[in-house]
Amino acid sequence: MGPDQILFYVLGGVAVVASLMVIGQRNPIHSVLLLIASFGGLSGLYILLDAPFVAVIQIIIYAGAIMVLFLFVVMLLNVAREDTEQDERVHVQVHRGSMRLGAVLAGLLVVELVWALASAGTLGGTFGPMAGLPAPVTSVHVIGQVLFTRYAFPFEVTSILILVAMVGAVVLARRETPRPAAGADAAGGSEERPAF
Amino acid sequence: MTPILIAQIVLLLFVFFMLLNSAAIMVYVERKVAAMLQQRLGPYLVGPRGLLQPFADVLKLMFKEDLRPTAADAFLFSLAPIISVTAAFAAFAVVPFGAETTFFGLLSHPIPLQVADVNVAVLVIFAIASMGVYGIVLAGWSSNSKYSLLGGLRSSAQMISYELSYGLALAAVLLIGNSLSLTHVVNGQAGYWFHVIPRWYVFVQPVGFAIFMIAGIAETNRAPFDFPEAEQELVAGYHTEYSSMRFAMFFMAEYINMVTVSAVAVDLFLGGWHGPFLPASLGWIWFLVKVGALLFFYVWMRWTLPRYRYDQLMAFGWKILLPIAALNLLATAAGVIHFGA
Amino acid sequence: MVTLNQYLLLSAVLFAIGALGVFVRRNLITILLSIEIMLNAVNLTFVAAGRAFGTADGQIIVFFVMTVAAAEAAVGLAIIIALFRHRESLDPDAFTSLKW
Repeated sequence: MGPDQILFYVLGGVAVVASLMVIGQRNPIHSVLLLIASFGGLSGLYILLDAPFVAVIQIIIYAGAIMVLFLFVVMLLNVAREDTEQDERVHVQVHRGSMRLGAVLAGLLVVELVWALASAGTLGGTFGPMAGLPAPVTSVHVIGQVLFTRYAFPFEVTSILILVAMVGAVVLARRETPRPAAGADAAGGSEERPAF
Repeated sequence: MTPILIAQIVLLLFVFFMLLNSAAIMVYVERKVAAMLQQRLGPYLVGPRGLLQPFADVLKLMFKEDLRPTAADAFLFSLAPIISVTAAFAAFAVVPFGAETTFFGLLSHPIPLQVADVNVAVLVIFAIASMGVYGIVLAGWSSNSKYSLLGGLRSSAQMISYELSYGLALAAVLLIGNSLSLTHVVNGQAGYWFHVIPRWYVFVQPVGFAIFMIAGIAETNRAPFDFPEAEQELVAGYHTEYSSMRFAMFFMAEYINMVTVSAVAVDLFLGGWHGPFLPASLGWIWFLVKVGALLFFYVWMRWTLPRYRYDQLMAFGWKILLPIAALNLLATAAGVIHFGA
Repeated sequence: MVTLNQYLLLSAVLFAIGALGVFVRRNLITILLSIEIMLNAVNLTFVAAGRAFGTADGQIIVFFVMTVAAAEAAVGLAIIIALFRHRESLDPDAFTSLKW
C-alpha cells in the first residue's frame, strides 16, 4: 500500500465514522462537531485529489460558516438532549416501523450504488503520481478563469439565490410582533440578533 | 537529514517558542501600557521593573486548582481551550516574516523565513481563523453556565459578522497583489514611489487597512469589541468557568491571535520585511518593528475606547463596515482593470 | 494507487449514511445535518471525477453546491427557529396538525 492509499483509507475512514456518529448522536451539538470532523476528512481527500482550493473553501465555508450557523441555532434554541430521547420514548410505536423501513431503504441504496459501480467496471483509471491521468487543475487562476467565463451566468444566478435566501431567512426568523431591534439575519452563515 | 531539513525544523521550533514568548511579553506590555495610560506604575515588584511578572503569572496559574463544573460536558470542556490555542499557533505557520536567507551562508541555497510555504496562504489563514471560533463557542456551551453561554453566542455571531468584512478587505489587497501567496504579496511591496513613499499597499488601500484592523480587533475579541468576555456584563464571558492552565490557554490564544493578525496586516499592507536603511537579510527587524507598532496600537485601543453596545456592534458590522468593504472591493477591482495590476 | 472507483464507493457510502439519517432520525437539526452529509458525498464525486478527467469543472460545481448548501442551511435553520417558536420541539412529528 502506497502512502496515498493509506491516507485515502484513514481520511475516508474518518469521514465515514464521523458521519455515522453524526446520525447516531442524541446531542445536536455533538452531531454538529462530528460533522465538522467529517468535513475535515473530506478536506484532506480533496488535497489528495490535487484540489487544494476546494479543500480550503470546504473548511472556510462549510466548517467555518455553515456549521457555526448550525451551532449558533442549536445554542440559541438550547435544545436539551433529553428532549429528543423523550420524544422517541413517547412516540416509540409511531417510529419503530418507519425507522426500520428507513434503515432498509438506506441499505438498499448502498447495495444499488455499489452494484452500479461494480457493473460499470473500472472508471477513469487510477490516481497517483504514476498514473496516466491528465494533468490536474490545481491553480486558483485557472479555476477563476473558467468560473468567470464558461460559468459566468450560473455564478450571477447564484448571487440572486443567496440574496433570496438572505431575505427569506430574515422574514422567516422574524418574530410575529416586530420590535425595533428584532430580526434574525442568516445569510451564508450569519446571524443578527437583538442584544442578549 | 539534510541541512535544509534541519533548518526548517529549527525554524519551526523557533517560531513556536517565539509565539509562546510573545504571549508572555504581551501580557507584560499590556499591563505596563495600561498603567502608563492610567498614570500608575503597573507591575514593578517581580524582577527589575516588573519584567519577571509574566513568569510569576504563569507559575501562579500552573499551581491553581483545575476546576470543572459538575454539569459541564467533560470532553468538550477540555477540548475547547485546546482548539483555541492550536488554531492560534497554526495560523502563524503560513505567515512569512523575512526575506529568503541562507543563515549566514550555512545553507547551500536560501530558504524562506516561514514555517510552511503554501500558495494559498491567505485562504489557509482565513480557514484556520474560522476554526478558532469553535474554541470560544464550545467553551461557552460546554461550561453549562449562563454567562459562558451568552459569551459563546455573542462571539459566534460577532466573529461571523466581522469575518465577512475581514475577507472582503483581504480580497481587495489580493487583487492588487495579484496572488494568494503572502510572500508574493510582500515582494510586490518592495521599492518606492517617487523615491520617497514606500510601495506599501496601505497607501493604495487605506480603507481596506482600516477595515482589516477593525475587523481584526473584532476577530480577536479585543476591546472595544470584547463582548464574549465583557467583564461588566458577563463576569468573564466564555471562560468564566475556566481556571488554572485551561484559562491560561485561552489567554495565550488571545495574545497569539493578536500577533498573527498584526503579522498578516504587516505582510499585506505595511510591506512586510521591506524597509529603508537595513539590508534585505536583516529585513526581519523591520517586520518585528512593524508588528510591535500594531500590537501597541491594539493595547492602546483597548485602554482608550469604551466598549460598544452589543446591538451597535452588530449594526456597525452589517450596516456600515460590510457595505464599505464591498464598495472598497468594487473600487479596487475597477482600479485594477483601469490601471492594470 | 487509489482508483476513481474507490472514491465513488466512498461517496456512495457517505450518501447512504446521509440518506439513513434523513430516514431514521426524528430531530430537525440532525435531518438538516444529514442533508449536508449527502451534499458533501456528491461534492466528493464531482472533485474525483474532475480530477480523473483533468478539468476544472468538477471543482467549480462544488463551489456552486456549497453556495446552495449555504442558502439551504440559512433558510432551513430560519424555518426551524420559526417552528420551534410554535411548538417548543424539534421533532418533525410535532408539526403534523395539518394532516387532519
